[in-house]
Amino acid sequence: MAIDITQFHETFFEESFEGLDIMESGLLNLDIGAADNDTVNSIFRAAHSIKGGSATFGFTEVAEFTHGMETLLDEMRDGSRDVTQTSVDTLLQSVDCLREMLAASRDKTPIDVERAAVLKGELEAILATGASGTAPEATQQAVATPTSEASASHEGWMIKFKPHHDMLRTGNDPVRMFRELGELGELSVVVDISQLPVIDDLDPEESYLSWDLTLISNIEIDKVKEIFEWVEDECDFDISEIKGEAPEVDQAAEENIAPAATEKAPAASAPAKPVAAKPAAGAKASANTDSASIRVSIDKVDALINMVGELVITQSMIGQLDCDFDDFDNSRMEKLRDGLTLLERNTRELQESVMRIRMLPISFAFNRFPRMVHDLCQKLDKKIELKTTGENTELDKTVMEKIGDPLVHLVRNSIDHGIEMPEDRLAANKPETGTIELNAFHKGGNIIIEIKDDGAGFNKDRIKAKAIERELIGSDENLSDDKIYDLIFQPGFSTAEQLSDISGRGVGMDVVKRNIRELGGSIDVTSEEGNGTTFTIRLPLTLAILDGQLVCVGDEIYITPLVSIVESLQIKEEFVNNIAGQTELYKVREDYIPIVRMHDMFGIDVERKSLEGGLLVVVEGDGKKAGLLVDELLGQQQVVIKSLETNYKRVDGVSGATILGDGTVALILDVDGLIDLSRNPPTPSNKPENLAREVA
Amino acid sequence: MASILAVDDSASMRQMVSFALKNAGHDVVEAVDGVDGLKAAQANKVSLVITDVNMPNMDGIALIRELRNLPDYKFTPILMLTTESAPHKKQEGKDAGATGWIVKPFDPDQLLATINKVLG
Repeated sequence: MAIDITQFHETFFEESFEGLDIMESGLLNLDIGAADNDTVNSIFRAAHSIKGGSATFGFTEVAEFTHGMETLLDEMRDGSRDVTQTSVDTLLQSVDCLREMLAASRDKTPIDVERAAVLKGELEAILATGASGTAPEATQQAVATPTSEASASHEGWMIKFKPHHDMLRTGNDPVRMFRELGELGELSVVVDISQLPVIDDLDPEESYLSWDLTLISNIEIDKVKEIFEWVEDECDFDISEIKGEAPEVDQAAEENIAPAATEKAPAASAPAKPVAAKPAAGAKASANTDSASIRVSIDKVDALINMVGELVITQSMIGQLDCDFDDFDNSRMEKLRDGLTLLERNTRELQESVMRIRMLPISFAFNRFPRMVHDLCQKLDKKIELKTTGENTELDKTVMEKIGDPLVHLVRNSIDHGIEMPEDRLAANKPETGTIELNAFHKGGNIIIEIKDDGAGFNKDRIKAKAIERELIGSDENLSDDKIYDLIFQPGFSTAEQLSDISGRGVGMDVVKRNIRELGGSIDVTSEEGNGTTFTIRLPLTLAILDGQLVCVGDEIYITPLVSIVESLQIKEEFVNNIAGQTELYKVREDYIPIVRMHDMFGIDVERKSLEGGLLVVVEGDGKKAGLLVDELLGQQQVVIKSLETNYKRVDGVSGATILGDGTVALILDVDGLIDLSRNPPTPSNKPENLAREVA
Repeated sequence: MASILAVDDSASMRQMVSFALKNAGHDVVEAVDGVDGLKAAQANKVSLVITDVNMPNMDGIALIRELRNLPDYKFTPILMLTTESAPHKKQEGKDAGATGWIVKPFDPDQLLATINKVLG
C-alpha cells in the first residue's frame, strides 16, 4: 500500500515559501558582527525544514542546495563562525535562488542549475575559509565495510547481549529486538538470570537479565547490528561469527573482487554541465501559481461555526411559533419580531465572519519591502531605514494581491527620488539615514496605507514646468498646491530628469492611480519641499459588499455607492445654467457641476421631465463632481456585488449588479464612469440604455 | 491500533506522517512544537511519540526530556526524526531518553516499518 506523497507537495511548497520569507527578513535583521541568537536560530530552522522536506518529497536539487546554506547557518548558530556581510549577502542571494528553484519544482519547469551551482560554489568558498570551529565534511568518508569475505563457511551469528540497568528507560524493549532478530533467521535464546535479585530488592524499572542469542542465518552483520543500533551505548554487546566447515569458495570470491578493484571512474569534480535548459513550457508554467487556497486561522473558523450555531438557535426559536395564523395574537407577534431582529443580527455577524476569512494581515504586502530597501540602498549608496506600523491591519485577499505593485512602485519612487544621497542630507542638516514609513490603519470604513518619506519633497516649480512642457496645463494657469501635486498622476508625467532603472519603467504614477481606483480606492499626496512626501492610499475593506444608496428613476432602482455621494438636494430652477444649449450645469455654492439626467442615460420613461423639484444626488469620483438627476431617494443598505461582466458584459456607467430583497435585479452605478460618460457621449454598443432594456 | 503523537513544526511533514499512520489504522494526535507536544501528551495518553528535533519554542530533545519525567511516559517509545547531517543529535536524543530515531529523508513505508518495530 504505497502512499502517494505528491499530495503533500502543496503544503510543502506553501510552508517553504513562508520559511524563505522568515529567512529573508531574519537575514535583513541580522546585525553584522553581533548577531542575535534567536534570529540565527529561526533562519537555521527554516533552512533545515526546507532541506528535510525537499529531501523527503524528492526535490533532490533543492535539498542539496539548501544543505550548503544549512551548514553555514549551523556554524553561525553554534558560534563557530562570525556573521559577516559577505555571508549574509550570499545567503540572501541563495534565498532568492532557492525561491526560484522551489517555484520551478512546483511549476514543473526546469531549475536554473547554473545559477544554483554558482551560488553553491560561493557558499562552499565561504565554508572553506576556515570557521573557527569544526571543519565540515570530516565525517563523510564511511569506511568501506568488507563484505563478509567468505559466505560459504558462514553459518550464523553468536550474540551476547547484556543491557545496562537503565536501558528500559529509553523505551527500548529487548523482546522487540529478539522478535526482529527472529525474522532474520533461526533464533535461539538463552537467558541468564544470575543477576536477578530477590523479589523484595527488585526494581521493575531496571533490567537485570542478559542473553546469549544464536542466530542461524547468512544475513550480513550490519543487518544484525542495525537491530541493536538504538541501544549501542546502553548495553554490552558482542557479536561473533559461527563458522561451519570451510569449503572451496575462496576463488570465486576473489574473482568477484578483482574486476571491481582494477578501474574506478574518477569522481566527477567539476559541477556537471547543466543540460541546456529546455524551453520552459510557458503555457503551463504559472498554471497553479495563483492557487486558489487561502490560510485561515482557526479563530476565524471557530467564530464562523459559532455564528452558524446562533443562527440555528434563532431559526428554531422562530420555528417554535406555530404557523397557525388564525390564532396569531400579539404576544406571538412580538416573539416573531424579536426573532427577526435576532436573525438580522445573526446574518450581519455571519456575513462579517465570512468576510473576515478573506482577510489577510497587510504584512503579506509589506514583507517584501525590507529586502527591497536593503538591495536598492546598496545599489544607490543611500542610507534608508524602513519603519512599518499596523502590519496586522487586515485587507481583503484580492485587494492585497492588487495593491502589491502600486505599493512597490511608490516605495521605489521614495527610495529613488525621495530620499537624498547621504552627503546631501548632511548638507541639508538632516540625519544621514533617511526614513521611509509604511503605515496601515483603519479609518472610517476604509483601510489607509501611508507611504511617508523624509526626503527632498516635491519641487512645485519643477512639476509645473514639466506639466507645461508636456502640455498638461497652460503656461498661465494658477494652480493650488494640491492641484500641482495631482499633476504627477497624469499620464506621461515623470519629474526625474533621467529615467532610472529603479522607478522609471514607463509605468508611471498614472498607472498606480488607475490600479488603486480599480480597487475602489483613492490616492492622495502631500509634500513639503525639503521635508518629504506622504502618499495616502485609501482602500475599501472588501470588494464583495458595498454600502449603497438606493435611488429610483422611473420604475427602475439603481444603487449609488455611499462613499461617492457628497450630498443630495432638491433642484431649484434658478441655479440651473445651460451651456451651449446642451450641457446643463447646476450651481452648488461656488461650484458648477454638470447634471446627468439618469432617465436619458438609461433610456427610461419618466413622468416628470422638468428639472424643477427634481432630486439631485451630488456624487464625486476621481476628483470630479456631477449631479445625478433621480426621481426618488429610497433607503440605504449593504448590497452584495455581482459582476455584470462575468454574467453579461461590461457596460459603461455600471460597475455591477445586485439582487434586492424582493428578488429584483438592480444595477450598481459606476460613478467615475458616469461622470466620464456625461462628458463624452457613450458609444452605441455600450450605451447603458440598451442594457436597461435587455435586463428589463 | 495504537495512538501516536506526531510532533513537527513543518506542516507538510506532519501531514505526511499523520496520513501514513492513519492509513495504517493508527490514531494520530498532532502537535506543532515541543510545548504543544507536551500538552498533547498530557491530554492524551499515547503509546508512541514521534518528534522532530529542530523546532521553535521547545525542541525535540527538550520534549523527550520532559516526557521522560512524566510517570505516564517513562517507558513509552519515543522516536526522533533526525537528519543524516547531525550525528551528535542522535546522541543528545539518546541521552535525553529517546528510544531511537528515523533518519530523514524517509518515505511512508520506512516510517511504518520502523514504528512497527517499536510497537511490536
